[in-house]
Parts: sequence; C-alpha cells; structure tokens
Amino acid sequence: MASGERDVSEVALKGASAPAAVSASRAAVLRRLRLTDSIFHGLTRGASLAVLALLSGVIIALIYGAAPALSTFGFGFLFDESWNPVTERFGALAPIFGTLVTSFIAMLIAVPVGLMVAFFLTELCPKMLRRPIGIAIELLAGIPSIIYGIWGLFVFAPFMQEHVQPLFIDTFANVPILSTLFAGPPYGIGMFTAGLILAIMVLPFVTSISRDVFDAVPPVLKEAAYGVGCTTWEVFRYVVLPFTRVGVIGGFMLGLGRALGETMAVTFVIGNAHHISASLFAPGTTISASIANEFTEAVGDLYTSSLVALGLILFFITFCVLAIARYLLMRLQQQGGR
Amino acid sequence: MNLTKIVLATAFAFSPAAAYAIDISGAGATFPYPIYAKWADAYKKETGNSLNYQSIGSGGGIKQIKAKTVTFGATDAPLTGKDLDDSGLVQFPMVMGSVTPIVNLEGIKPGEIVLDGPTLASIYLGQIKSWDDAAIAKLNPNLKLPKQAIVVVRRSDGSGTTYNFAFYLAEVSPDWKTKVGVSTALQWPVGIGAKGNEGVAGNVAQTKGSIGYVEYAYAKENKMTFTKMINKSGKAVAPGSDTVQAAAANADWMSKPGFGVILANQPGDQSWPMAAATWILMYKKPEKPAESAEALKFFAWAYAKGDAMADSLDYVPMPQNVVNDIKKMWQAEIKGADGKPLYSPTN
Repeated sequence: MASGERDVSEVALKGASAPAAVSASRAAVLRRLRLTDSIFHGLTRGASLAVLALLSGVIIALIYGAAPALSTFGFGFLFDESWNPVTERFGALAPIFGTLVTSFIAMLIAVPVGLMVAFFLTELCPKMLRRPIGIAIELLAGIPSIIYGIWGLFVFAPFMQEHVQPLFIDTFANVPILSTLFAGPPYGIGMFTAGLILAIMVLPFVTSISRDVFDAVPPVLKEAAYGVGCTTWEVFRYVVLPFTRVGVIGGFMLGLGRALGETMAVTFVIGNAHHISASLFAPGTTISASIANEFTEAVGDLYTSSLVALGLILFFITFCVLAIARYLLMRLQQQGGR
Repeated sequence: MNLTKIVLATAFAFSPAAAYAIDISGAGATFPYPIYAKWADAYKKETGNSLNYQSIGSGGGIKQIKAKTVTFGATDAPLTGKDLDDSGLVQFPMVMGSVTPIVNLEGIKPGEIVLDGPTLASIYLGQIKSWDDAAIAKLNPNLKLPKQAIVVVRRSDGSGTTYNFAFYLAEVSPDWKTKVGVSTALQWPVGIGAKGNEGVAGNVAQTKGSIGYVEYAYAKENKMTFTKMINKSGKAVAPGSDTVQAAAANADWMSKPGFGVILANQPGDQSWPMAAATWILMYKKPEKPAESAEALKFFAWAYAKGDAMADSLDYVPMPQNVVNDIKKMWQAEIKGADGKPLYSPTN
C-alpha cells in the first residue's frame, strides 16, 4: 500500500514541470507526511500487538497458576463435585454446572422477552413511548452489578421466598419433571433467583442490539409483507427475524458472555454452595462467584491454584461460546448468500 | 544499595521529626479490625506514631508476615507450635470476642431460644431440618416453634470465625469431626454461603427460618435474635463480655505454644462455649528491629489503656495474668540483632 502511494506521488512530482525549489519543498512535505503516516501505522500496529500480548500473558499466567491443581487432580478436576478445603480435595463440577445452568435460565428468559421488547419498540410502539422505553432499557444496562446484587438479596430474594417459590412448589408438586426442578424448602436465594437476576442484567444487551438491527430492516420489505396480508406475527417471524438473524445472534452472544462471567450480583443471590442439586431452588455456585468469594482467604497453594484453575475453565468456556457464535454466524452468512 | 543507605542516612540526619514518627504496619484478620483501628487512632493522638492495619483476612495476614512485608500479622486461627518454630515467629492473643448463633424466627426475641452444641452441629450437618424437631423442642419446652424448614447460613469465604465455630462443633460432635472437620473454609454439608460477617447477618435478617453464626458485635449492632447456648457445665448462657471473660478465666493459656488456646467449650458455669481470641504474629529476630520495638510498645499500650475502648466495641480485653505472661514472653523471645530484648517494661 505504502509503496504504491509513493509511486503515485513520484509520478506526480515528475509530471509537474515546476521549478526545482518548489519540487524540493514539495518533496519535504511529502516526506513529513510519509513519516507521520508510518508513525501512525506503527502505533496502531503496536496497540493491536499489545492486546495480543496481554491476552497471551493472561492465558500463560492462568495456566501457570492452575498447573499445581491440574497436575494433582488431572482431568478428574472437571468431573469432581467435592470442594473440601479441609482435606484439600477440589473439583470444578459444581461451579461449572452452576455457571451453565444460571446462564441458561437467563438466556431462556432474556432472549424471548428482549426480542419482543425490541420488536414492539421498532414496529408497534407509539412514537411518544419509544424514547422513554428505549432509554429505560439502556439505563438497565448502566446499573452496576453490585446494585443488582443488593436489590436481589434484600428485595427480590425475600419476595421469591414468600410468594413465588411456594407457588411453584405447590403448583408443580405432582408434575413429574417439574416437581424435581422446583423442589425443596424455599430459601429465596439459589440458582433460580440467580438466573432471574442474570436475565434482567442480560435483557438490555439483547434488546438494544435487536432493536438496532430491527431498525435496519428496509421498510419496503415489511410494507410488502403487510401488503400481501401478513399478520404482525408473520412479518416478525418470516421477514424481520430472518433478515436480522446475524445481528440478533450477535446480541445473544454478547448477553451470554455477560451472563457467564457475571460475578457480584450472582454472588449475592446464588447461595455459594458447592453442591449440584436437581432442584433449581437449591443454592449453588458459579465459577466467578467461587473465585470472588474464596480467593482472598484461600489458605494453601493447592486451594489457590484450584481457584485459578476455575478461572482457566471459565476462560475456556467463554472462548468456546465465542467460537460457536462465530461459526454460527459464518454458516448463516453462507446460507444467506445462497 | 550503598547509595540508598547514604541518602536515607542524610535524610534522617536532617529531619529529626521523621525519626520519631515510625509507621507500624500490620495485616490480617478482619474480626479485630474495628478495635485495632480505634486503638491506632487513640495511640496516634497520644504518641504521634501511627499504625497502619490492613484487614485482609487471617490467611492473608499469615502470608504477609511470612513474606516479611509487614511488622506483624494477625490471625483468628492460631498457628501450631511447629509452624511457629519453623518460621521463627511468636504468637500472642490480643483481644477476645465470641461467635454467636443468630436466628430469624417470627415471634422469637433475642436470647429466647436455647440450643446446645450437638443440636447446633446436627443443624449444620443437615440432620435436623425443621424448627419443630424434637431435639430443639426438648431444649425449649416453653417456646412454640413453627413447622418451618431451617435455612442454614454460613460463610462462603475463608474465615477465623468459621474456624472457631467449626472447632467448637468438632469438640461436641464426633460426626462433625469426622465428616466436616476444622478449618477456616469447609466443605459444608448444607446451607447457603454469604461473604463476611455482614453477609451472614444480612442473609439471616432477610431469610425467614434461617440460622447463622456471626461475631457477637455484629449480632448486637444489628439487633439480631441471638440464641442462648448450653455450655459444658450444662447451664444456659447468653453471649456477652461477662460470659467470654468467664471462659477466658478458665482457660489454661500456657498449655499451647503461642498461647494458641481455642476458647471453645471451656468449663465453668458462666462460660460462653464459643469464645474466641485473636492473635498477633511477629518475628523473634525481626529484620527491622526498630519497627518491631515500636509495635510492641503499641501492644503494651493497648493492653494497659485499651480496655475501655475494647469494651465499647463489644470486644473482651485479655485477663491481666495472661498479659503478664505475654510480656514475659516478649522479653524472652523477641530480640534485636544485638541479642537484647526489644521490649522492656520500663520504656
């Protein structure tokens, strides 16, 4: 690129039949421009390489820190439910389970609700309400997670304990699978409550990205659909969604990324118990919550190392989610091209 | 190196004030932080010397003193004699408090409900699941206890409070000793975890039918419903400074290296069964003797003049005879590079 530009400028210089002094000063200006350009080029490249270096530094530090735990427990670390600081036997199964289940609950709720809100805002909402609702959704994204945590513990969890959970337990007491999912004493806090809080936190991501991509659907497509007699649902299902699926999935993944890594709010409401339970009302833990809770007071090298290993696993899970998302997008784009 | 020394020497030579104001640094247990901060404040007003204490947790305190980044470490779980000898540390108790069970039961006021050690252990083992269990009812014949699930609340982080609590449960319940054990962090059979004393207090306050354990000061400040406990002598006692003092008076402090006696389940009619001390860790031959000498002066000052302040924050001062033993130990063990004791009772 750079050499190509230089050639052009040289041609330009040669072509100009200006006096020697003028061409010399012009050459100086061009040299200076070339210099600033190459400095700028170097800076941008340096910044990008710094990101790469940081990332690999983090990975190396995680692997180095996790090595004692991984060499002691081997692959069994991934499948062991016990987390016993007294006997120094650690396993990551309960935190992995908790992370995946809470994120799943969050996405199960946030995705449909977020899509509906986004569609309402772009298609059905009276102009007057559009901005207030849109701003409210964006404000949700701006609330620090500690606030969600405190609200979750002091307002939401007691409400769940007294009203929602007993209702679920009573209602589903005789339904085969649901009676196991919603069993046990209503603690108020637990996996289910954590999932709900996460859903609220993820909602603005799904909504605002979906709204932006829905806005980008050419009006002529929708109008044509309405013109041939489509219902609102059909326009949403067969015109808007297929047209925007790439962007919408991008929004999901951003939300899922946040749900997987969210720490503070989850720590407050999940119950922080290294147990795997069939009931969603039982307390559990997530990877990030375990690290946040235990790192400062982890006594002994193996304990600390096991927590770092948990961090490595979370890193890996997030990486996989991103990779799957990329793959899906690629597939969709190829299909769209056909 | 030499250059720095010269620069430092000149700096000190020209600023005599700097030589007096020595900063004592310490790190460790969160439980005694309020009283250490209060003492440090009063001490600075009186002497001009300041104490910088970071409440990073007992585990962190032990790590920091072993890394020699601080003048003293502080821990709620005492080190063993072997550990102390291996690292060349001495250990002494600074102040006491107590671990107190708290409950959230409708219509039950502080001190109304009575528990004993084995029952408490069974609750935390998940064997007693409901408040109307026969074991609890037997201890509380006059209370009408609800048929409500017990929500067990415990610490999610490592903690000296947990250590003292687990130590007591292991003393009174063989089941606890074999199934769970004693440490600052445990594999809890049941319950929900909350971070810090304030987290446990908050969760118990929010959750109906819950039980938790906190430092007595948290129970008192937050007006929580504390329980009475049946002690080793079979008497029901309430938590407080008098019952902790009774437990401390009955303890044989010299029986463990570094005064490392856990005050759990002490004999005596008035003894609170979960009294707890908190310890200071220092080097026998510190690298910076001047700072250690200053720290010892501060501790001596706190033993002599800090009792009222401790009382106001619901801590319990050490008995005088124990303080005398501690000072003797300082003179015998903590020495400067010249082999002379860093502490002498006269200065």
